[in-house]
Amino acid sequence: MTTLTLGLAQIKTKLGDIHANLDKHLAYVEEAAKQGVELLVFPELSLTGYVLQDLAPTLAHSPTPDDPIFKPLLDASRRMDLVVGFVDEDERHRFFISAAYLSQGRALHIHHKVYLPTYGLFDEGRFFAWGDSIRAFDTRFGRVGVLICEDFWHASPPYLLWLDGADLMLFASASPGRGLKQEDKLESAWWVEHVNRAYASLFTTFVAHTNRVGFEDGLLFWGGATVFDPNGELLAQGPYFEEALTVAHLDLGQLRRTRARLPLLRDERHALVLREIQRITADERGARDKG
Amino acid sequence: MRPDISLGINTSLARQLLVSFLREEVTRTGLSRAVVGLSGGVDSALSCFLAAEALGSQNVLAVRMPYKTSSSDSLAHAQLIIDQLGVQSETFSITDVVEPLLETISVEDSRRRGNIMARARMIVLYDRSAATNALVIGTGNKTEILLGYTTLFGDSASALNPLGDLYKTQVRQLARAIGVPAPIVDKPPTADLWPGQTDEGEMGLTYERVDQLLYLLVDQRYHPEECMEAGFEKSFVERVLKMIRQNQFKRMPPIIAKLSNRTVGYDFLYLRDWGT
Repeated sequence: MTTLTLGLAQIKTKLGDIHANLDKHLAYVEEAAKQGVELLVFPELSLTGYVLQDLAPTLAHSPTPDDPIFKPLLDASRRMDLVVGFVDEDERHRFFISAAYLSQGRALHIHHKVYLPTYGLFDEGRFFAWGDSIRAFDTRFGRVGVLICEDFWHASPPYLLWLDGADLMLFASASPGRGLKQEDKLESAWWVEHVNRAYASLFTTFVAHTNRVGFEDGLLFWGGATVFDPNGELLAQGPYFEEALTVAHLDLGQLRRTRARLPLLRDERHALVLREIQRITADERGARDKG
Repeated sequence: MRPDISLGINTSLARQLLVSFLREEVTRTGLSRAVVGLSGGVDSALSCFLAAEALGSQNVLAVRMPYKTSSSDSLAHAQLIIDQLGVQSETFSITDVVEPLLETISVEDSRRRGNIMARARMIVLYDRSAATNALVIGTGNKTEILLGYTTLFGDSASALNPLGDLYKTQVRQLARAIGVPAPIVDKPPTADLWPGQTDEGEMGLTYERVDQLLYLLVDQRYHPEECMEAGFEKSFVERVLKMIRQNQFKRMPPIIAKLSNRTVGYDFLYLRDWGT
């Protein structure tokens, strides 16, 4: 049986204090190592804090061995694979909300957040550049895809990762809680859990999500990390509102069993999807919306 | 079509979130104490309950600040809270502070007199804040913030406000659930700035009705016409919209004239929690 011991860290961060946040990452690596974790995922912007505003350009780091923040993380990635959230800066000084997948001392993949919410309480598009690619990549546990928060509020990024071969989707968020009603769960938590379960079910794949906790001014991040299996079953869930390391044991053989029963991947007609998208974007109405 | 206007909240979740908010946002500044102006009304009672739960009763200072015309019920109800929670307390009459000023500038207008009293209380609270290394906990609810039923730099002044996103009717729900005594929850809300004053009498509306309208307009983004279709009087909708708009200034820091390339408030943007 092929298994993966997956750790989901839901942490508080200090806003703009990257050294304090690095120390917390390394402490979670120690704890995760004790529990046999092979892949540990941190939330969105886990090294910096979330509402960065004018702090953003001052906190950029590169996931290279000569970077003082990434050096200890790359060293730690020889013990277990890591996904960490940070501000990336390209050679032309554009800043991206980013997640790096670190393994065996190097960065295997960097994802730049593609959808920057700039509405309601969010103002990301004002401070960050939009990422421009959605790619799955190979790891020692199989093919993986990484998305950041608003990326998975849109259906197309998980869909693209699915077509690109991701059998494990890793979602990292800094999701502020909102929507207090009579239910025992905030609306934002309900929504995220709902779509995570839906993606796992629709794509017959593993979907893991981790989310910040703690406050930034009046914004409360709700935590509640989850892992859903290819049947859409909840394998593990972290507590709401508290720091926690949630460990899940993934039986990767479930991918085969589910897809033998339910061959949605086999039957997916993405050439048809492509034709229809081309048609839609070619006509006047579609062209207006194509982005 | 009549919309479903439910202002019901999950009070145990609200309590958990607001207690965490107070605990985390006070202690991350390096402080551990809070000061609350306790009027005897439901808002400040609830803030005091939440602060005591977040920081421990011994770390909360409740200050009663009666004026000579304040109702004796107010003082007694505030004492109920102090006794129930076992918080630290002080009583400071503002009469001797306010009277000379009222006489000197001969103010008869009750609104101006009320504002002076509210600001005198602010001075006391901020002095206690500095004297005891404590943050001032706000008591303003979403209804009064939206309607502007508050004194700028008076009762609206605080370091952090746990109630600002709860409508008055939701404050009552949470207060009941958390154990605020019924006489305090059920009595007519009053700023107690002059004898016989009530919020609802002064504003000419009921909290129950205005909260429903605000919920549609603000939270649910209803168009004013849709609110009228939902059964709200045109004149009521228009008056509430006007109150919201006219009082926007109370919800903002002073506006700064932009001259340079980088100006506080426009393009010098950091959260207050920066670095903590």
